Amino acid sequence: MQARKFVKGNEAVAMAAIEAGCRHYFGYPITPQSDIPEYLAREFPALGGEFIQAESEIASINMLLGASACGVRAMTSSSGPGISLKQEGISYMAGSELPGVIVDICRQGPGLGGIDASQADYFQATRGGGHGGYRIIVLAPASVQEMYDLTMLAFDLSDIYRMPAMVFADAVIGQMKEAIIPNPRPAATLPAKDWVVRGRKEGTEQRVVKSLKLGDGEMEAFHWQMHERYHELQEKESRWEEFETADATLVVTAFGSAARIAKSAVMAAREAGMKVGLLRPITLFPFPAKAYHDLTGRCRKILDIELSTGQMIDDVRLSVQPGTEIDFYGRPPGAGSLPTPEEIFEQIKNALLIFTNLSPFTRF
Amino acid sequence: MQQVFKRPASLMDVQTHFCPGCQHGTIHRIVAEALDEHGLRDRTIGCASVGCSVFLYSYFDIDVVESPHGRASAVATGVKRARPESIVFTYQGDGDLAAIGTSEIIHAANRGEDITVIFVNNTTYGMTGGQMAPTTLVGQKTSTTPYGRNQSKDGAPLKMAELLSNLDGVAFSARVAVNDPRNLIDARKQISRAFRYQAEGKGFSFIEALSACPTNWGMNPLQANARVGAELIPYFPVGVFKNVHNL
Ligand SMILES: Cc1ncc(C[n+]2csc(CCOP(=O)(O)OP(=O)(O)O)c2C)c(N)n1
Ligand code: SF4
Ligand SMILES: [Mg+2]
Repeated sequence: MQARKFVKGNEAVAMAAIEAGCRHYFGYPITPQSDIPEYLAREFPALGGEFIQAESEIASINMLLGASACGVRAMTSSSGPGISLKQEGISYMAGSELPGVIVDICRQGPGLGGIDASQADYFQATRGGGHGGYRIIVLAPASVQEMYDLTMLAFDLSDIYRMPAMVFADAVIGQMKEAIIPNPRPAATLPAKDWVVRGRKEGTEQRVVKSLKLGDGEMEAFHWQMHERYHELQEKESRWEEFETADATLVVTAFGSAARIAKSAVMAAREAGMKVGLLRPITLFPFPAKAYHDLTGRCRKILDIELSTGQMIDDVRLSVQPGTEIDFYGRPPGAGSLPTPEEIFEQIKNALLIFTNLSPFTRF
Repeated sequence: MQQVFKRPASLMDVQTHFCPGCQHGTIHRIVAEALDEHGLRDRTIGCASVGCSVFLYSYFDIDVVESPHGRASAVATGVKRARPESIVFTYQGDGDLAAIGTSEIIHAANRGEDITVIFVNNTTYGMTGGQMAPTTLVGQKTSTTPYGRNQSKDGAPLKMAELLSNLDGVAFSARVAVNDPRNLIDARKQISRAFRYQAEGKGFSFIEALSACPTNWGMNPLQANARVGAELIPYFPVGVFKNVHNL
């Protein structure tokens, strides 16, 4: 077994990238993710890796595009303002069916915002972020161990489905230290990258990596093909954690750092005799809709908790069985706005007291 | 019978979409000749840009990566770092490289990426219908400078070959034109040299090629070609601005 290591969330991402075989990193400094480039700048030379501190996030995502077109595993990382700048490149990567891992250690916004944790970039991440109606894989770690495990998974899923994958965490998960077991890279059946540019040898076909699709019906067909792929992702790759949901009347749902706090509150509520559970999506795209659908046949109510005014709640609403009540408790990002377990415990108590039987759409 | 003139093997045998008198085609040909001459075709990766040359892959018989508008030198950086054994070139217009992509080109050049950049300066945004480019000459009328480029408002045209030659990372920088036989022969020589730099691993090489855009200049092909000599070259002199290894 691997020895345990006490590391920061961001370091775990960098360690996992190395373990996953990533030797190409392109980034631009921004808090709260700079430990990632700093770690790789230190470790890559001995491993023969290529590290570039680019002139901007725009340049770094395009370096990722170029490296990825050659078939290597490559990564970039950023936060808020930088992720906004990367959207053009992410759209081109999606249009060119290129894999590549983008780490987003979210901070507050809009604008320069601030560097505290936030989940208000949920829409930006899960709705594609750039132009053209594409989606990317979005994984939401809630611990340093998951930062490690899900970063490796991001590389595999990205290669398998030929689309960008995002590790979507925030300042809390990125900056905190926990003990992890740095497991070896899991075995995965990866498709051959028979599409990469490599220099066209005599007698071999020309390869072009591009997003321009001008042929009659070509783009329409591509959109349906992407649609199918997203559907397949939903079927095969939806991941979530359930905690104490078997007999729960109320299920709290939250992802990432909010889910950690919610879990403490759920444990306290259980101790107090309340029938409460937790449903934590691990994949935000694909959203684990089935888990919500199945649970809402059994529980009476969902309490959605987010570090925003409510974004994931849209996906929750689309996933639950008709008539399910949904309560919401949000703490939009900001210094001092992280909810305490006690605060969420109160919300759980209230949610259990009041069952309105109103449609979820009239509640929020 | 001896064949004395033929299509370079690096070019496909197809008709291009370029307007009559457009010099993108001529520049394509010279680049292809250079790849043939140095035997580089089978290990070359082209990075196309967004502009009238976006269909690079339809004309060059090589592998190609499309780049977002202005980002070709960043994409090429990623390609070269991932496949250092490849010959990597970008082919970018003046709007692409000298406006939206200025940051990417300056930093790729300054890092001394071992790539070759072909920069086609036609003093306008060809593809989008003839708007002002960073290289549009003072007084030149375009669809967004209907009264002529006004230096006090729009600035002066950027001289990219000279500008980049000031960066330590740049090994070779030259400006060429294809408007007359003498310039054409010289353009061949400089473009060949630029690829030799990369083939020998000697650093970043930059070619600025002046190019006619009859369509958006509102001229016929002959007039447009004449304008290159009469108006462009006096402001954008052809020549070698840097050649650190004297190749
Ligand atoms: C981000 C973005 N902005 C604008 C455009 C529209 N656009 C396409 S080509 C082009 C300019 C092309 O001019 P140039 O680079 O000089 O190439 P030319 O067509 O003259 O060869 C522009 C502005 C785009 N494709 N992407
Ligand atoms: S618009 Fe200008 S640059 Fe574009 S193909 Fe026509 S002549 Fe060439
Ligand atoms: Mg132009």
